[in-house]
Amino acid sequence: MAGSVLYDAPGPRARRRALIGSVVAIAVAAFLLVIVLRRFADKGQLDADRWEFVTDPAILRFLGGGLLNTLKAAAAGGALALAIGLVMAVGRLAPSVLVRAVATSYVQFFRAVPLILLILFMGLGLPSLGLKLPVFWFLVFGLALYNGAVFAEIFRSGILALPRGQREAGASLGLTFWQTMRLVQLPQAIRWMVPSLVSQFVVLLKDSSLGFVLSYHELLRRAEITGQFSRSLLQVLFVAAVIYVAVNATLSYLARWLERRTRAGAMVAAAGAGPRGRAGAAATSTQAESELSGVGGMGVPDRMGD
Amino acid sequence: MDVVLDNLDKYGSGMWVTVELTALSFLLALAVGTVVAGMRVSPSAPVRAAGTLYVETVRNTPPLVLLFLFVYGLPKAGVIYSLFTSAVIVLGCYTGAFVGEALRSGIASVPVGQAEAARALGLSFTQTLRSVVLPQAFRTVIPPIGGLLSALVRNSALAAVIGVADLTYQAERVNTAHTDPIPIFIGAMICYLILTLPLGALIGFAERRLAVTR
Repeated sequence: MAGSVLYDAPGPRARRRALIGSVVAIAVAAFLLVIVLRRFADKGQLDADRWEFVTDPAILRFLGGGLLNTLKAAAAGGALALAIGLVMAVGRLAPSVLVRAVATSYVQFFRAVPLILLILFMGLGLPSLGLKLPVFWFLVFGLALYNGAVFAEIFRSGILALPRGQREAGASLGLTFWQTMRLVQLPQAIRWMVPSLVSQFVVLLKDSSLGFVLSYHELLRRAEITGQFSRSLLQVLFVAAVIYVAVNATLSYLARWLERRTRAGAMVAAAGAGPRGRAGAAATSTQAESELSGVGGMGVPDRMGD
Repeated sequence: MDVVLDNLDKYGSGMWVTVELTALSFLLALAVGTVVAGMRVSPSAPVRAAGTLYVETVRNTPPLVLLFLFVYGLPKAGVIYSLFTSAVIVLGCYTGAFVGEALRSGIASVPVGQAEAARALGLSFTQTLRSVVLPQAFRTVIPPIGGLLSALVRNSALAAVIGVADLTYQAERVNTAHTDPIPIFIGAMICYLILTLPLGALIGFAERRLAVTR
């Protein structure tokens, strides 16, 4: 670990110790793995017939359809959340006190309430008001309202990280607040915030599993149904988890790649009109927070899905 | 409105369960996070890899899937805990991955020169860690960990799906009995605000008290 704050470059003794540590760690891990596998094998959970469903085309189609529904809900929720986020971010920076208060309350409220409660509220509350829609939309509304608040914070910190001169230059050219926002600040901020937005989208995708409580047929619900009708609940849930990890890890990787690219661009542009060094730092810390959250934070953009 | 006031006792007991659930899983998350952060900065490559594998897996899986695996899956292999304990374990291990990352980036945020200066003064590894690196890392880490705690309050609502009698569960039960979802769920949201808003204020206060300018 070169350049670590914790260690100097290791000498021969430290390298030997690390090697011994590695060997011990591998031995312990292998031992634990064997115990766990033995335990599962004893209960017959590793028997071939419990895993047969992965070769059953009907079940695979069923689960694949679930994944498709998950992606559909996440895409629709994400698109709507982006729109809400943009409006609320601009609202939080607007000159009017009233607009600012409304946008701020929106963000504060929706980030303080559990998403699952929000989704239940949509799915059970809106129909009681006479709004009859497919369950899909109630899930999408819930996802969009919550993530709109999170996106708003991401956009806002992106706008705030821009050099002040950008806004001042817009104003001195006689542009109005809205024109400066639309023509000068937002185009730059959005470009800077793309990595954070992608990581937040991973959280959103994870959160779409909450559609389960409305019986929306996303991946988790379909895995559970498959499990109920076979003897393979544990195995199906495991496969569902693997699919989630594969999809989300790909997206997270994309986010990191985008971030590296954005930051490399910043170094090239550093001398000229590009956001100052601190903007790069701001993007990174937002990103870290946004990955942290799925759980969300307070006062800073967040996102743990959850 | 009346339906909320008539069932205040249910909301109250649900809030208490939510607080217990959050507190216990947060303690577990801190422990798991410390171990994970330790693994992620370990000088041994396989240990680092194991830490990374844990973080990447947990972070990319919906917590609800983990909860189901634990509650419906593992009993098939003979591993059974009470619902509440299961929820604490899953929420703790899930949040622990994020805590670990927060701690790690906190350590990474301490300038290398700090540790170099400490070593140049002849401090040992433990001394460097205890009196130079960790006190500085701790301050950087307060805001993200605070954010994780308030997120945990909200994520604890997932336990309602498996039947832990927390605030969300109680609200759903009141709704099953009275079928008046709008006031009932808004009441529950207000209860969550009562829990998270003071928490947020507290975290903000701690953040300002501990802030250092470099």
